[in-house]
Amino acid sequence: MSTFERNAVVVLIAIAALAACASQPPAPGRPPAFGVAVGADEVARWDISIPPSGAGLPKGGGSARQGLKVYEEKCQSCHGAKGVGKPADALVGGIGSLASKTPQRTVGSYWPYATTLFDYVRRSMPITNPLSLSDNEVYAVSAYVLFLNGIIGENAQMNAQTLPQVKMPNRDGFVEMSGVK
Amino acid sequence: MERKNRIARELDPRVPAGNPGKSRKIDRRTFLARGAAVTGVAASAGLAPGASAQGLAGQPWERVYGAAFIGYGQPSRFEQPVMRHIGKPYGDLAPGTGATLAPIESLEGIITPSGLHNDRSHSGTPDIDPKQHQLLLHGLVARPLTFSMESLGRYPLTTRTYFLECAGNSNRALAPQPAQVPAGAMHGNIACSEWTGIPLRTLLEEAGLQPQAKWLLAEGADSAHMSRSIPVEKALDDAMIALYQNGERLRPEQGYPVRLLLPGWEGNMSVKWLRRLKATEGPMHTKDETSKYSDLLPDGRALQFTFEMGVKSVITKPSSTMNLPRAGFYEISGIAWSGAGRIRRVEVSADGGATWAAAALTGEERPKSLVRFRLPWEWTGKEALLQSRATDEKGQVQPVRKAWLAQYSPAMIYHNNSIVTWAVGADGSVKNVYV
Repeated sequence: MSTFERNAVVVLIAIAALAACASQPPAPGRPPAFGVAVGADEVARWDISIPPSGAGLPKGGGSARQGLKVYEEKCQSCHGAKGVGKPADALVGGIGSLASKTPQRTVGSYWPYATTLFDYVRRSMPITNPLSLSDNEVYAVSAYVLFLNGIIGENAQMNAQTLPQVKMPNRDGFVEMSGVK
Repeated sequence: MERKNRIARELDPRVPAGNPGKSRKIDRRTFLARGAAVTGVAASAGLAPGASAQGLAGQPWERVYGAAFIGYGQPSRFEQPVMRHIGKPYGDLAPGTGATLAPIESLEGIITPSGLHNDRSHSGTPDIDPKQHQLLLHGLVARPLTFSMESLGRYPLTTRTYFLECAGNSNRALAPQPAQVPAGAMHGNIACSEWTGIPLRTLLEEAGLQPQAKWLLAEGADSAHMSRSIPVEKALDDAMIALYQNGERLRPEQGYPVRLLLPGWEGNMSVKWLRRLKATEGPMHTKDETSKYSDLLPDGRALQFTFEMGVKSVITKPSSTMNLPRAGFYEISGIAWSGAGRIRRVEVSADGGATWAAAALTGEERPKSLVRFRLPWEWTGKEALLQSRATDEKGQVQPVRKAWLAQYSPAMIYHNNSIVTWAVGADGSVKNVYV
């Protein structure tokens, strides 16, 4: 075979290969949708966020009197006796201090919603073992912190109905800047 | 590396030995392997042992075989002092709670190395198995969905360069007395990476976002389950479900295996270790958007949901704690950024803001990215007050410190974007000052 013939054969083989394998550019296909449907029961196991309306608060309840024991066992080593703080954040005090030169921002003086207390304690606390408290314990220790701040009485039951009704001292202290209508 | 170290020690006994213990054992093994390789080369080349050309230039490391290949490269041992500045407000009680700040005083260009990226975490860095981790998208959607990490990797990806700044960056510069620490220890809660991921809009459309959904609750899989509420408008705009950082999978401190990325907004909202997104009508008022990351005013009220990071810049070279050894030429270099978009202009002053010169910019075409600015400067040897002032494409100008302070309560620690001043002394020392 001459060089010309050899080259011609090579070209023919290449054309045949192209025709067989790459006759079209890559097709874009359908837009992907790889999400897997999930049922309400499964969603409920994950959905731990509680808005100010209290939607999603679990059954159960507790009072400050019951919360004292939980606090002393699970919280006091970081937040101090009666929520005074050190080494972790203070939970009580500072009500009325926000406009001063030394504002103290605590649950009592600053947090606008009591539901946030339940939400945060359940999701994050105690710092060494979050998601470990029972719902009754979370209600009770939330009640204890509210009681320490003079916001509710020692025997007031905190539950899905009562917690969202607690009016925090700084409820009206925030200016909404999100621009969401 | 150990071999180089050994040679350096031989030349100069002040050079310290490497890390003791395990690493030394590994080094000895490596050395033996290298010794064998060198012998082999010499034998095959037919050289007599010890033969070398006399008088030719060449440092010790040019006369020995170099280090073996390694699977994941590390910086030179001479760069070991370049580390993040670690802030642990609760000490060893919660050693992963707080922040690390990027050593911006040692970095150049625009991209922050992944291992030096600033890092704000509330309950440490979780050790997440990507095969077990799921992202749940639910709430006001037609179809609640879960996504495996494997399936997220199959979506069409986009790549963008964005800065991430903690809302609390530069809070140390609000201390009553100016701290004499490196620039990064005050202003380094900022970094910039090339991020690759899926537009969040893609997943929201797949789930069928309902029209009454105005907010998205984003939640992490760290043990704090850190959560923030995000307007849907942002989620549909430029929000990204990020999987890669600077070309490799996210670092654990940056949210491995998946994080939210909200370009230009306070870093806290770019929820790391993302496990859940819930579409809602209103914001959740989580702990981190009420008791934290809200802006206290002098009258005791607080601004809530101030998401965008303001226009800002800082000179990184020269900067606090550095020393100018002699009068003469210096290049002033720094970083600028704006949560509103592109940087239009950075000006530099050497007289405390009386006169300004425009700096050259690199990366200014990229919105919500760090921009590098540079200005040549002849230091005469006299006292100087160095400042930089950034302007963004919306015309917003970085405020002077006093004007910024006047807006807020003395307890305010977020969104400090005020102008930074470095004082150069006649002795060449560079100090942090308030003017």
